[in-house]
Amino acid sequence: MLYYILRRTLYTIPIAIGVSLVVFTLIHLAPGDPLSAVMGEVDQRMLAEMRASFGYDKPLPVQYLLWLGHTLTGDMGYSLRSGAPVFPMLIAAAKNTMAIGIAAALLGFIAGVTSGLLAGYNHGTWIDKTVSSAAIAGVSMPHYWLAIILVIVFSVELGWLPSVGAGSAASFWSWDAWRHMVLPVVALAAIPGAIVSRTARAAVMEILNMEFVEALRARGLSERRILWHVARNALPTVLAVMGLQFAHLLGGSILVETVFTWPGTGYLLNLAIFDRDMPVLQGTIMLLALFFVATNLVVDILQAWADPRISRA
Amino acid sequence: MKAFDAPALKLAFDTAAGERAVLDVPVGPGIQRTYWHNVRTRVGRDPYTLVCIAVLLVISGAAIFAPWLGLDDPSAANSADRLLPLGSPGHVLGTDELGRDMLSRLIYGGRLSLAMGVFPVAAALLIGGTLGLIAGFVGGRTNMLIMRITDVFYAFPSILLAVAIAGSLGAGVTNALLAIMIVFIPPITRVTESVTTQVRAMDFVEAARASGATTYAIIRTHILGNVLGPVLIYATVLVSVSILIAAGLSFIGLGASSPAAEWGLMLNTLRESIFLAPLNAVLPGFMIFVTSMCFNLISDGLRSAMDVRF
Repeated sequence: MLYYILRRTLYTIPIAIGVSLVVFTLIHLAPGDPLSAVMGEVDQRMLAEMRASFGYDKPLPVQYLLWLGHTLTGDMGYSLRSGAPVFPMLIAAAKNTMAIGIAAALLGFIAGVTSGLLAGYNHGTWIDKTVSSAAIAGVSMPHYWLAIILVIVFSVELGWLPSVGAGSAASFWSWDAWRHMVLPVVALAAIPGAIVSRTARAAVMEILNMEFVEALRARGLSERRILWHVARNALPTVLAVMGLQFAHLLGGSILVETVFTWPGTGYLLNLAIFDRDMPVLQGTIMLLALFFVATNLVVDILQAWADPRISRA
Repeated sequence: MKAFDAPALKLAFDTAAGERAVLDVPVGPGIQRTYWHNVRTRVGRDPYTLVCIAVLLVISGAAIFAPWLGLDDPSAANSADRLLPLGSPGHVLGTDELGRDMLSRLIYGGRLSLAMGVFPVAAALLIGGTLGLIAGFVGGRTNMLIMRITDVFYAFPSILLAVAIAGSLGAGVTNALLAIMIVFIPPITRVTESVTTQVRAMDFVEAARASGATTYAIIRTHILGNVLGPVLIYATVLVSVSILIAAGLSFIGLGASSPAAEWGLMLNTLRESIFLAPLNAVLPGFMIFVTSMCFNLISDGLRSAMDVRF
């Protein structure tokens, strides 16, 4: 197990380097250098000076190494728009995204696991049919559309909840902040909930067909104990999907954050794209991708812990 | 959008396997012709798949033949008729924020939205499928190289990667198509590679080789014939995801741009009008939802009809 963890952790290093290369290449795909996109027609000498101060006059491989070195030490440069350092901006935005991401994950996973277990266990009944229909609708739902519907129903028509921003409270532990979080959280939770539900249901159905379940029945275990055994065996599969979905939640929240003007990483990314603010763009994508890599690592280890056969493979 | 990672989908879509299959048809691949015959029979008895195919045919047929349907000009603005409610005379589905006919725009919008869903997957299928076949069939270092590069792209949530590529290249339909295609190459490569590796290890491939079949013949008859089915089913799931991502890109301003009719873009511009005409604003999203769901259900149906497990 220790060996597995070590091997798996070491493998993230080349992946992380690959990710940084992709991010760097992406940013330099755009024609012109980042400054000319922002500055437009200005004094050539001033532009050249600024290029030098941002390091954009060096050859690309050198720029890459410089950028990598700085990023590793937590220095992600300065926003071309506001001049503010990127790293604190990112941290502030990441906190906001985490807040709705974690809440949405909890909501989606609890709903998904419960409904999936019940549907799989009561396979073919009305419970199963209802859950399955809801789940297939959930995976096909454009969540930005769901977000708009939620706003129409709960903000416009009923007037119960706010539809924009994160509120003015300084901390998340306030009534006002919570009210602002409800709609984005529900919109974000729909897809992971549906996917987890489908996965759990499929896993339960597959396990119920296994011989050991028959053996447990023959031993006279109560149905509740049997369900427990089944759930325990479905755990590794469901865990893996939950981990991926959590990472997707954070990386893919850009659309929902745009609908609600929620001040998280997705919204930051959106602004950076349209401002062509390359340091912010680069930093945000890098942070989200690295988080995704880290989540995958944690999921793989958790999965190996839940199912020891994996680490022996 | 969220939803769109390959492994997650792979597992998630296992759900319906086998269970919607109509059981009085003998299951399992027999000889080729009988197998496909069975598949057709099973699909023919699966109401969900049939209804979805019909719905998609209607939507795409209407989109293709839109100019001959006698619809209003989808870009003809009329400031006197802005945001007319559903059921208004002359505008069955109302009008948008510039007074353009919604029905016409929804039908014309299907052209771009469907194209942006299908083309990137088709292109990715060609490229990723080839890469996966090579990786799976050749194995060894070639496999290592291709699969490790794939791993790197797997380190991005799909929506983030699409947004990052489209955002770096700049807004526009072509760039959005390119971005989505790049997003789908790694998952298709991975699925093709894993199926190819499995098939390559089977006895009949060994037998073909022993009886002197050329590499080309082995790939063409034995490998492709067995790999194509699962990969195509997987691609159908990806189309449903692709439609969501494509509309999502247009929704945040990275895909189609005004005055084009595209569902994601329409959803975005009508968003400002939810106070005045909430129902009109909901319509484009409903189209995205229905098409995406149909592709999902068809994939589920094909999977159980073809008795494929990833």
